[in-house]
Amino acid sequence: MKDCYLGVDIGSISTKGVIIDDNNNIITKAYIWTEGNPTNAVKKLLELLKKDLPQNCQIKGIGTTGSARKLIGLMLKASVVKNEITAHAIGTLTFYPNIRTILEIGGQDSKIILIKNGIITNYAMNTLCAAGTGSFLSSQAKRLGIDVEEFGDYALKSKNPVKIAARCTVFAESDLVHKAQVGYPKEDIIAGLCKSVVLNYLNNVGKGKKISSPIIFQGGVSKNKGVVKYFKEILGADIIVDENSHLMGAIGIAVLAKKNKTGHTYSLEMKDLKFQTKAFECHRCPNTCELLKIYRNNELVDSWGSKCGKY
Amino acid sequence: MTKIAFPQMGDYYIPATYLLSHIYPNDQVIKAPKITSKTIELGTKYSPEFVCTPFKYTLGTMIECLEKGAQILIQMGGGCRYGYYAELQEQTLKDLGYNCKVINLVTEGETNIKRINKLLKQINPKYSKLKTIYYGFITMKMIKYMDTIDNYIRENIGFEQIEGSFESLKEEMLIEFSHIKNYHHLYKTYQKYLKKFHKLKTHKPDNRLKIGIIGELYTIMEPFSNYYLEKSLAKHHIEIKRFTNVHYLLIEKPKEYKKYKKYAKEYFHYCLGADASDNIARCKYLCENDYDGIIHIKSSFCTPEIGAMPIISKIANQYQKPILFFSFDSATSKTGIETRLEAFYDMLEMRKEK
Repeated sequence: MKDCYLGVDIGSISTKGVIIDDNNNIITKAYIWTEGNPTNAVKKLLELLKKDLPQNCQIKGIGTTGSARKLIGLMLKASVVKNEITAHAIGTLTFYPNIRTILEIGGQDSKIILIKNGIITNYAMNTLCAAGTGSFLSSQAKRLGIDVEEFGDYALKSKNPVKIAARCTVFAESDLVHKAQVGYPKEDIIAGLCKSVVLNYLNNVGKGKKISSPIIFQGGVSKNKGVVKYFKEILGADIIVDENSHLMGAIGIAVLAKKNKTGHTYSLEMKDLKFQTKAFECHRCPNTCELLKIYRNNELVDSWGSKCGKY
Repeated sequence: MTKIAFPQMGDYYIPATYLLSHIYPNDQVIKAPKITSKTIELGTKYSPEFVCTPFKYTLGTMIECLEKGAQILIQMGGGCRYGYYAELQEQTLKDLGYNCKVINLVTEGETNIKRINKLLKQINPKYSKLKTIYYGFITMKMIKYMDTIDNYIRENIGFEQIEGSFESLKEEMLIEFSHIKNYHHLYKTYQKYLKKFHKLKTHKPDNRLKIGIIGELYTIMEPFSNYYLEKSLAKHHIEIKRFTNVHYLLIEKPKEYKKYKKYAKEYFHYCLGADASDNIARCKYLCENDYDGIIHIKSSFCTPEIGAMPIISKIANQYQKPILFFSFDSATSKTGIETRLEAFYDMLEMRKEK
């Protein structure tokens, strides 16, 4: 039997899963939309992963990361539950041990991680603002009537990208509408959008950070060739984009699961699992905490949100 | 009979209630309810949007006190916008239709005995000066003892063997402190609890992580406003060092500030307002000593700390120390804080291992 490890990264927009072996080779991988329902998405993800998994493999560790890491960690009984910053750094360092800067733009958040001698030295994450993230790009793509997947190709066609007010999503959107109504060609507007994402990222998250080569670009937005092009242009440096750049968080958490072996064998049979959450508001004190109770097969496994520790 | 109240901050309501109830034995001191989500909701509703968050918290508790029947509210002032809180809050409360008086005991960061005498007379003209001096002294000592024990707790709570042993003992101590009869009694109680705290079993490994917390005074001292940062650090088994407490602000600050100024003279010449320059020197201290990381916390829109932040991050860069900045607002999401804190903790662990 071959030992292998599952890593699941449940983001706000997409859910990613990989299964790796002892030598960090990817056995299977899957990428689907979360669609606001992380438990269902993970069930679907596991079905996809199981289909491609060879018979002689057994899961020896499970790790979860991403914004729904705690919930899915409970559901899968994961051995490692870690934040996405650590997971991305570990994943990248496994394949690129000399990397100095990780740029990451995901669906709802963006991060920058600085690394020196294989250790994280500094990091930053966007606060309160979706400007310069994947969800901004996808909503604008819808407005322009194009698939997000084609976005990059359109952007590369343009020779003269329009300037779009980059600082804020709301301003950018009204500026974009204006530019479209005035009659600028679609390619130029899309190229301008890609450029604005880059500028926004560097002004917001990358502010005051020393970006040194080699640089790697990750997250769903790294699949957009237009954004990559403008990162190269503005930073004046080469940018590495791995073919698995969108899976790096999942790979990282799988590597961490491998490191923290429990000796337990995990099952991927989740189809019949009843996993429920019940929300209610506690009125015992003026805090009015929003509480969430989590049931696994009708058995209470955890409850969150209490400030006083009563639940 | 007048009903006196004051805004809530940490556990300091105990010495403050003690002092006021002894100076004005014929008046009633109303204890502000513990800060909850309702407090900050009330405060945010009636505050200007871009005012610093402590204003919102204190305004919230003031409204809650007024609902309980308070007539006179006591507010302190500081060397920053905090100095204008009292006047502004009085006006806001009057506009809301409350009939109250806000007394500012410290203006422009300075206390003056003559002025305090005048202000105390406003609350009740028949107060005894001698008693005030005597009970003022006891209160000062009480604050000092509380802070000393708090420092000990901060260094050890992450390593307690029985979960909750430190917290329950502290609560026991605070209850006894609020029923102190005289100075001798206070001293005896303090000694008793100091021994008890030292007897609590801890397991402190040699390679433990040590973090220094610096930043804006209210946010650092009121655990609700920093989303129980110290508690979550203790859960990760981290030793915590914190400089700011009320004893420091009232007694030690003038002397310490001179020392700090000399110690960090390459970074600042002039006072940046409030605690900002102190924090620069503390940052240097933490970098030069064996601390693994620094966390700087402030409320949103805190101007002195905003001025100090670039200098602090420069010092941290020079010494290659990891630093994490937090800015707390009424609308901050807890998940975001947790993710950053977890990543910070992982980063420190990784550095320690290498």
